[in-house]
Amino acid sequence: MIPERFLNALLLGGLLGVALLADWRDEPFTITLATRATILAIAATGLNLALGLGGLVSLGHAVFFGLGGYAMGILAFHAQTYAPVELGPLAIEGTTSMPLIWVTAIAVSSLAALVIGLLSLRTSGVYFIMITLAFGQMFFYFAVSWSAYGGEDGLSIYVRNGFPGLNTLDPIQFFSLCFVLLCLVLVLWSRLARSPFGLALNAARQVPARVETVGLDPKRLKLAAFVLSGAITGLAGALFADLNRFVSPSMFSWQLSGELIVLVILGGVARLCGPVAGAMLFVALEHWLGGLTEFWHVWLGAILLLIVLFAKGGLVGLLSGRPASHD
Amino acid sequence: MNKLVCAAAALALTVTVAEAATKVGMITTLSGGGAGLGIDVRDGFMLAIKQSGRDDIEVVIEDDQQKPDIAVQLSDKMIQSEKVDVLTGIIWSNLAMAVVPAATGQGVFYLSPNAGPSQLAGAGCSPLYFNVAWQNDNLHEAAGAWANQTGYQNSFILAPNYPAGKDALTGYKRMYEGGLAGELYTELGQTDYAAEIAQIRASGADSVFFFLPGGMGISFLKQYADSGVDLPVIGPAFSFDQGILQAVGAAALGVVNTSQWSKDIDNETNKAFVETFQAEYGRLPSLYASQGFDTANLLISALDKAEPADKEAFQAALEEADFSSTRGDFEFGPNHHPIQDIYAREVIQEGDVFTNKIIGVALEDHADAYAADCKM
Amino acid sequence: MSAVLVIEQVLNGLQAGVMLFLMAAGLTLIFGVMGLINLAHGSLYMVGAFAAAAVSAATGSFLLGLVSALAAAALAGAVVEMLVIRRLYASDHLDQVLATFALILIFSEGTRWLYGSFPLYLDIPAWLSGPTRLPGGILYPTYRLALIAVGLVVALGLWVLIERTRLGIRIRAGENDREMIAALGVDISRLYTLIFALGAALAGLAGALVGAIQSVQVGMGEPVLILAFVVIVIGGIGSIRGAFVGALLVGLTDTLGGIFLPELFKFFTDPATAQSVGASLASMSIYILMSLVLIWRPTGLFGARA
Repeated sequence: MIPERFLNALLLGGLLGVALLADWRDEPFTITLATRATILAIAATGLNLALGLGGLVSLGHAVFFGLGGYAMGILAFHAQTYAPVELGPLAIEGTTSMPLIWVTAIAVSSLAALVIGLLSLRTSGVYFIMITLAFGQMFFYFAVSWSAYGGEDGLSIYVRNGFPGLNTLDPIQFFSLCFVLLCLVLVLWSRLARSPFGLALNAARQVPARVETVGLDPKRLKLAAFVLSGAITGLAGALFADLNRFVSPSMFSWQLSGELIVLVILGGVARLCGPVAGAMLFVALEHWLGGLTEFWHVWLGAILLLIVLFAKGGLVGLLSGRPASHD
Repeated sequence: MNKLVCAAAALALTVTVAEAATKVGMITTLSGGGAGLGIDVRDGFMLAIKQSGRDDIEVVIEDDQQKPDIAVQLSDKMIQSEKVDVLTGIIWSNLAMAVVPAATGQGVFYLSPNAGPSQLAGAGCSPLYFNVAWQNDNLHEAAGAWANQTGYQNSFILAPNYPAGKDALTGYKRMYEGGLAGELYTELGQTDYAAEIAQIRASGADSVFFFLPGGMGISFLKQYADSGVDLPVIGPAFSFDQGILQAVGAAALGVVNTSQWSKDIDNETNKAFVETFQAEYGRLPSLYASQGFDTANLLISALDKAEPADKEAFQAALEEADFSSTRGDFEFGPNHHPIQDIYAREVIQEGDVFTNKIIGVALEDHADAYAADCKM
Repeated sequence: MSAVLVIEQVLNGLQAGVMLFLMAAGLTLIFGVMGLINLAHGSLYMVGAFAAAAVSAATGSFLLGLVSALAAAALAGAVVEMLVIRRLYASDHLDQVLATFALILIFSEGTRWLYGSFPLYLDIPAWLSGPTRLPGGILYPTYRLALIAVGLVVALGLWVLIERTRLGIRIRAGENDREMIAALGVDISRLYTLIFALGAALAGLAGALVGAIQSVQVGMGEPVLILAFVVIVIGGIGSIRGAFVGALLVGLTDTLGGIFLPELFKFFTDPATAQSVGASLASMSIYILMSLVLIWRPTGLFGARA
């Protein structure tokens, strides 16, 4: 059994190693896959904050992923057409600068998370799962019929947005950017988990009544976690859109929300690098199984089932020999 | 296990030869609900490659799962890693919009066997992009023209609430000269049309035009046939194609649909195509299969004259469209979209099988409405 | 907009509602008794439709098709319960969501593997085809009237089953205290399998009935599944009565919203915009309804526990 800390280093090192090796052997597509895994890991780490630490099973995190994506799509689209975004009296210039897009994506998705969280946290358990799903569906149908930005067809951005000092069109440079962001997000996550806020949140998940008796409001703790979680997933959405140079309503679909949950559970709930392991495994499976058979979903389903039934604690739990996801 | 190996072999159907001169990447939908269309395009395409007997064309086939992000990834892979010369295969407009501009931007030829979004026909056209099927509006325009020829005065028109649906109604109205009894947008993926049919009944229309691809069309037709509303129905071929017609059954009998291809178009190429396709795959070919077949033959005809590496020469060779199409006459307009006849077909029953029969020409030598915006 | 049209639309909403109820009843029963979220319920709907299509194509009998849909879905339900679901009762909702999500993948692609990618043919029987003239001169499809009748009969039957039979007593007891009824000597795992199979059969029946007027294809279960979830959440999870009320509410909102919202917007803007805005708002309407209900009553209309 491998201690979890080494496992984490191994996972991140492996991800970086794959990308570097692919760069050396001139296989840009492998770098693209590694970038995809990195971005999905960021999104799932966001979810892991709400789901793992806060115990909030959100089947609507695609909302934030999609909002991040559309923040990128809309800003870049307006930069392409040199027409400012008209918001009533306000006119915002489009931009192709990644940092600006990220800030926008984070702002928009946290705002959405605040509103959705405020309303959804009135419920709990299955009702919470379903109300988040409902919000996801609302955004999905809105995006499908929002013809100003392509509706169902989505929006294509012809050139990847820029980052000062980097050539983002070079696969390995874009990968590095995403990888650094992943590391930052992971550091944030682990700091949070061990901070007073994280401990209180953990307590609020397990016994809300006790948290209340010490004068904390469990709902506000959960709301804060939900907003942070949405912000991180929103950032990932902006990156994902830049990876594909394309956004479409499928980023809002409930299947995507489901996949994000899958990533977290696959890797291990409430584990620092669970989402990283989950994303790497998922992308690898998608790629290899997809190459083997047309009906690869059957095998993906079977593998997921086996993990739920026999490997509690996900991949990280399995490898580190600590099956319980919460200690 | 055996089945798995078979499937793997089918997917990795790469006609590999030591020195394949030309590498073709096919990104199409082979899994999920829309797989039927992609499978037909693939089978039509591969049939033509096989018949040509050429062993210097390598085709790499990948499944896009009908997801735009996967399609973009695959095209990156094909261009960057596989270093393909030509891309083809995409079924859906939104996937094409995600892939084609980037692909042609990287200097790869793209031959579209199905999707023809208006952007790519107009301002976003490219010298390297060729559409072998149709511009998206074409079949709807033909439906409008046929409505005029038939003398319909008051149509009720409906389509799903998404860009292709709006294009469909716009296309119909571009040609149609009568009045409108009603215009409806339905939900994408809707399965129950009782409410819409009630509105049609109450509208006093003399005809119904609809664009509801895939399962939506099946649901609509079955429910419409059962509703007792007996207004004549007209639509583009997508809801009356060989693949889904059997699922609609008698409900589709007599419905008029517009198509640039039909299995009874009278020419040698088409006859041979229908026969050999049926022999090879054990089913009647569809519209999509014919488009895949034509795409491959166009490619082969161009390869006879030039190498893809020589972009200008290869582009010129493609522009000539010097191949015998299943549609008979075939030529490209200035924006690399077909100029072709579009037929009106009627759904009939031949023994146990439901199929289509040509009843007239809706539009002759029809080009699309966006060519003027295209500056190459 | 005439009164006839409004009545016809209300009937349509009712018909959509009772079919949703067939789906939602099983879902809510399974949740109420076993505490399980079953995302794969839509797959059982699909199994029913495919079984009906295959059997009625082979035998030419629609009724035989219906019977086999019930049998196939119940069987698939029982097998899945014994192989997989049984191990999930003690798990948290998260594991259940993931495992049943995995089952969707297996069912969908497995069905495509068996039946291919093209939709199957299933038509309504000749004796139910065509419209019926209702009082007031309304022409309405006979088959849809039959669907409403079947839905109401099943709802009544379920009520009798749960309120008036021994099995019903056990089911209600299982909802309240599963340890206790196990202690009283009821074979709890057999009871669970039975309930799961019952829920599956209802879903299969709905799939077959609706399949006759829609397209029988892979993935047909997912949209209905989401709607059924909306229904049971609005009604209160675990409550059959809630599922019934919720189903009718959702059916009516969905149908009438699609008609009246565009009309409403025509008062404010030009017809084309009204059509498009109204249509998009209509597709969001049931989710808005659900959020409003949950914000007002966090455990649904008839829900007791969270």
